[in-house]
Amino acid sequence: MSVRKWLEFFIESGIRVLGFSSIGIVALIFLFLLREGLPVLVEVPVGNLFGVGWYPTFDQFGIVPLLLGSLLVTIVAILIALPLGVATAVYVREVAPNWAREILKPMIEVLAGIPSVVLGFFGITLLAPLVRETLGAPTGLTAFTGALILAYMALPTIISVAEDALDAVPKSYRDAGVALGATQWQTIWLVVVPAARSGIMTAVMLGIGRAIGETMAVMMVTGNAARLPLTLDSLFRPARTMTATIAAEMGEVAQGSIHYHALFGIAIILFLLTFAINLAAASTIFKKRRRGGLR
Amino acid sequence: MNLDRISYILLICGLFVSGCTTRSELPSQQQALSSTTATIENKGSDTLVNLALAWAERYTGEHSEVHISVTGGGSGTGIAAMINGTVDIANASRAMKPEEITRAEANGISPVEIVVARDAIAIVAHPSNAVDQLTLAQISDIYTGKLVNWQQVGGADRPIVPLSRESNSGTYVYMLENVIRLGEKESELLFSPDTLLMASSEGISTEVRQNPNAFGYDGLGYVSPDQKVIAVARDESGPFVLPSVDTVNDGSYPISRPLFMYTAGEPQGAIKAYLDWVLSEGQAAVLELGFVPIHE
Repeated sequence: MSVRKWLEFFIESGIRVLGFSSIGIVALIFLFLLREGLPVLVEVPVGNLFGVGWYPTFDQFGIVPLLLGSLLVTIVAILIALPLGVATAVYVREVAPNWAREILKPMIEVLAGIPSVVLGFFGITLLAPLVRETLGAPTGLTAFTGALILAYMALPTIISVAEDALDAVPKSYRDAGVALGATQWQTIWLVVVPAARSGIMTAVMLGIGRAIGETMAVMMVTGNAARLPLTLDSLFRPARTMTATIAAEMGEVAQGSIHYHALFGIAIILFLLTFAINLAAASTIFKKRRRGGLR
Repeated sequence: MNLDRISYILLICGLFVSGCTTRSELPSQQQALSSTTATIENKGSDTLVNLALAWAERYTGEHSEVHISVTGGGSGTGIAAMINGTVDIANASRAMKPEEITRAEANGISPVEIVVARDAIAIVAHPSNAVDQLTLAQISDIYTGKLVNWQQVGGADRPIVPLSRESNSGTYVYMLENVIRLGEKESELLFSPDTLLMASSEGISTEVRQNPNAFGYDGLGYVSPDQKVIAVARDESGPFVLPSVDTVNDGSYPISRPLFMYTAGEPQGAIKAYLDWVLSEGQAAVLELGFVPIHE
């Protein structure tokens, strides 16, 4: 009996350690990023760091074009993915007959499994010429092309989380809507979707988190020009994201150089951004729980 | 015990190899196994990688006791690996920077530089482009963003999309110093922020093939027939020269450079034998891959 108790104690504490270890690992990663990235604040004058020129081999470490490039590509991607994702979730959850749902749900999960380098290759060979020819951009390797690929990559996340949110809306809401004489469309649009809005916000947050951290596909299709995306046509011009910058330049830098620290500085900003986004997503989930279990 | 195991493994490998060859070759295979085998790690410039692979294949074909593994990644990557002691030979399409030499010396390594071939950088555009020739100054102006339309250099009314390699490429540094800054040390010109930075030579050639607006540069060895090579002159008085083995060797093509291999300290043993071969018999492969041999 006591052997069994001891065993149980060890297994329980083992599981507890594993559970908390992910927090510990995140903390260690952040500490490592800080250790490697913070020196850049000392080595490079602040005016240079927040300048507009990213020429790391010539001691210009202006992060602004990279930050704006990442934000531009991500925000446009979410603007494209949100309506498509919510509409798909509504169709799968509210409208589709059972057999269609059985096919669609696994297919959407397959979408999430396509390696990003494959999507990038697809983007270079098919999407980029299309963007150039139909939109009249000088080149097809633009922020918009990247946003299209990212939208596609964020879709599975948005669809499945939004679908869960719709699923959690009690059946009584729908019944009440129909009983009041609303059509199915009115019930969905005016009752079910608003009731699931915090879940949909979570879906958007997670989609943004997915999009802003994506590297390979973006590096392949955005052209990687570190220009300031401030003009109106910037969406249809090349852009350079933070992730692509790290990926493209990490292999070359001498360990411990200013450039090396600058790349880790970018990584800190990326980490803080995704952390804030995930925190926002998590807090909407907690708020919902407190509101009385309506998910 | 350990040595026994190694020779046992080698024997098995030898059996695999000999299984695919004719019986008469068996004795020489066994001879090779009995002598010591050497592995040479070779890494660096993407410009050089195909040539380095060809050399490695031919050399190991003749000397089965040597294994040579070749990887790309960029000149900076190769040099960094040589400094860290993870490779024996670094391939580079640019000379080592002073700070890299300082870092190597801090690691107790004095790098040795060997010119193994020459490369011409071709200026390429879409085949439909009407522009046939440019001066170095015009190329510089395009990359710095002063010229933005093909009309300004005698072409159609289309925007110019300048393409470059990433900043970890030796070709990038060479273009910047010798073409964009026209070799002037005190010049502070840079690629304009509108320049697309492509992670590979293949990225540049894909875009040049597809996009009638594209303007790029690439090692002569990488130019495929579906790209248009533009003739280049040092200044307006000409002559405008297309890159070729002859024009690079006689010095008339303005954008050409030496390609290097670096070793950590004076090469010795198998590495020295390999480099000697590269500089003599190996030069035959240079021409076949579109580069320029270091001697006639």
